[in-house]
Amino acid sequence: MELTINGTKHQVDIEPDTPLLWVLRDELAMTGTKYGCGLAQCGACTVLVDGQATRSCVTPVESVAGADIMTIEAVADDPVGQKVVEAWVANQVAQCGYCQSGQVMAATALLKQTPKPTDEDIAGAMVNLCRCGTYNAIAAAVRDAAQA
Amino acid sequence: MNDMTPINPEVQASYNGKPFKVSRRGFLGASLGALVLGVTLPAARTRALAAAPASVSPGSRVAAFLEIRPDSTVLFRSAFIEGGQGIFTAMAQIVGEELDVDPANFVVEGAPPGPDYLLTGGGRFTGGSMSVRMSYDTMRKLGASARQMLLQAAATKLGVPASELSTEPGRVVHATSGRTVAYGEIADDAAKLPLPADVALRDRANFRWIGKPFARLDARDKSTGKAKYSIDQTIDGMLYAAVQHSPRLGGEPEALQNEADVQGMPGVHSIHRLPGAVAVVANSWWRARRAVEALQVNWTEAPSTASHPMPADFSSDAHMAKLKATSGDGVAFETEGDAAGTLAGAARVIEAVYDAPYLVHGQLEPPSALARWNEDGSLELWIPNQAPEMFQADAAKVAGIAPEKVIIHSPMLGGFFGRHFLYQTANPYPQAILLAKAVGRPIKLLWSREEEFLRDALRPMAAVRFRGGLDASGMPVALSAVAVGEGPTGRWFGRQPNKVDSSAVEGIAGKVYAIPNRRVGQIHVDDPAIIGFWRSVGHSMNDFFYETFFDEMADAGQQDPYELRLRLLAGSPRHKTLLEAVADLSGGWKRGPFAAEDGTRRARGVAMASPFGSEVATIAEVSLRDGEIAVHDVWVAIDPGSIVNPAIIEAQMNSAVALGLSSALLEEVVYVNGVPQARNYDGYQILTPDRMPRVHVRIVESGAPMGGIGEPGLPGVPPAVANALSVLAGERVRSLPMSKFDLKEVDG
Repeated sequence: MELTINGTKHQVDIEPDTPLLWVLRDELAMTGTKYGCGLAQCGACTVLVDGQATRSCVTPVESVAGADIMTIEAVADDPVGQKVVEAWVANQVAQCGYCQSGQVMAATALLKQTPKPTDEDIAGAMVNLCRCGTYNAIAAAVRDAAQA
Repeated sequence: MNDMTPINPEVQASYNGKPFKVSRRGFLGASLGALVLGVTLPAARTRALAAAPASVSPGSRVAAFLEIRPDSTVLFRSAFIEGGQGIFTAMAQIVGEELDVDPANFVVEGAPPGPDYLLTGGGRFTGGSMSVRMSYDTMRKLGASARQMLLQAAATKLGVPASELSTEPGRVVHATSGRTVAYGEIADDAAKLPLPADVALRDRANFRWIGKPFARLDARDKSTGKAKYSIDQTIDGMLYAAVQHSPRLGGEPEALQNEADVQGMPGVHSIHRLPGAVAVVANSWWRARRAVEALQVNWTEAPSTASHPMPADFSSDAHMAKLKATSGDGVAFETEGDAAGTLAGAARVIEAVYDAPYLVHGQLEPPSALARWNEDGSLELWIPNQAPEMFQADAAKVAGIAPEKVIIHSPMLGGFFGRHFLYQTANPYPQAILLAKAVGRPIKLLWSREEEFLRDALRPMAAVRFRGGLDASGMPVALSAVAVGEGPTGRWFGRQPNKVDSSAVEGIAGKVYAIPNRRVGQIHVDDPAIIGFWRSVGHSMNDFFYETFFDEMADAGQQDPYELRLRLLAGSPRHKTLLEAVADLSGGWKRGPFAAEDGTRRARGVAMASPFGSEVATIAEVSLRDGEIAVHDVWVAIDPGSIVNPAIIEAQMNSAVALGLSSALLEEVVYVNGVPQARNYDGYQILTPDRMPRVHVRIVESGAPMGGIGEPGLPGVPPAVANALSVLAGERVRSLPMSKFDLKEVDG
């Protein structure tokens, strides 16, 4: 099947119910997207599918054939993603950093759909888990990115 | 790692902020021919270091740590592993300050095993909040030595006395002639010089980077998915592996009922029996996982020879009941005055039993191991670990080869919190070693989150019995505490039958209040589970026990808990100052209940802790909403003596508040019939963003010996929250997590 990832088309020959996460990581060597729980609990695997934040660990790859998939590898090439990254760096959000690919992608999806989010919008969209507890820095960075 | 962990005999003499003695032996150059300051990293460096003479003085040989590259940037090999705590940035600040290189021009990586890196009291681990405080002086001297060598090399090159030279970041300057030499130009020459016998360190008043909120070196890579963790490593020719463990530790795989069917699944290479597990090797991890989970395995009961077999009837509830029912005073750990006698004659005695459950680490990066057998018989491992030499030694045993033939790579950790110490049954590398040997190919093994919940080393559970004696005026005059359970230090580093494992009592013992008659004892009860070190170790629960019982004593004596603490700290200016600092930070102490602007009824609780060489005072503001506990603000004042990076300290306090609150409110591992009931985050809640309080931090630099940072923020959080909640609920919280209390009736 054909996948469009970060604007590039990839042919993959794989069982159609394989989660998108493992196609990215093991077939296409794009390891920026992380495995955390495999159950759509933590959000470390968040990517954008047609602009929507999507948990790739439970997304069968066949369901996104033909969709526009964006991963963390291309985030800095996206005007909204770039603002998010700069806000993440400016706010020194990351600690261990393992969840932050997913956090950055969730924030990028939010700001693409809601460029000027309220605090409630941010709370509603930024629900990924972070064991280092960077939640306050994440919220501050999203607010900054929205104003950039 | 707790704050008194005897990793080896030298540690006990050197923990607690006092740097161990560093002699200045060893020379650069001949003995380390390939390891010069300026050349490209030699491929054989790990072997060269492993073969270094045993007499090396850790932290003295510049070349083991520093490589100044032609562009004057610095590759620095850190003895400590980065896992979010910011140690790579701190190392760059400390060394850069003395070397005179902007820390932003450092590239830092985890050092391989080797005698140069044994900076943690003669051993090496990243834990116990020890990294900066144990290596601060040594790393400053290292940077200053390298700068001295660069000055000497520049003097030769320019034909002027070294005394006429100075440095600016990244270059040597001859002010008289206006000439400059970039470090990168003279690094090779500098490396051939002997280590200077003595070097002057920069005056603290002139620090440019130490003590400043320097930006983390890894911030951008971690914001763009470029940071590489163990789980992200790939090498040519590797196959993937997934495992299914025996549901109870000690069981072995017997018949595989559907082996042929599973062998025929897509991508499957082979099926393997391992100690306590079955594995599937495949051409992708997803295929390996799907196949191994399809295997129908008959597991044996654990043989009597198994180490720590999990009993088939084990339940965490029953074990807690056993701890609580274990009577006696135990072995004394700390005694002052006559607690028993004073309690017998006290005007009032109060008693309470406290408990806390098992916890998982829950770091978001699942454990993995990448193993490759090389043609020369060596074994190469990329593994998450907090202690490279210990893992090297154990991997060598598993592999049946000499330790120097095991090459350990220690990538960044996707969180650790104590998860990546050497707990053999909790680490995947032995399986990866065996599988790589069996298939003759490199193996990348990942544990699924479910296997991780099954095999993590748990924060132990414990129960503590308190008795407090008050005099007629309501002042505490005696305190007796008996902790029941098992500590992780004794489990992993040996326990003496008549000696208390400090990791079981730290946070009950070592408290700072002037209660004249005290006894802290411990009763050891074997824990059937695999237990380990969890961020702040014994303090993670013991300060909760103690500081909430303290409020019980205050209430019984009709005293305000903050004022009582102040009174009992009258003779301890450092602690009194810190307690007043946190009260000031919170806008002045008020216990409540009081009405907040949003109409909620709120209260505040206070707690103090003395973990890992630092002092901490914490206040939390709490309300109840539909029976749910809401924590609005947490104020933390920390006195680590002196500091390296205030921004990272603030981040670590946020992190510690989050984990402390998560444990206080939500977390509990429950075992029934020998198996954990939760195997993923759906059954084991951790703190979500909506529960995160605002966190306010004040750093107090008292000038006391440098203390730790990574763990000390945690222990005060559960008791501060519990003490506030007790004001609102009108009853004490004596058991964690708080989510198990029905609070619907007490909504304000």
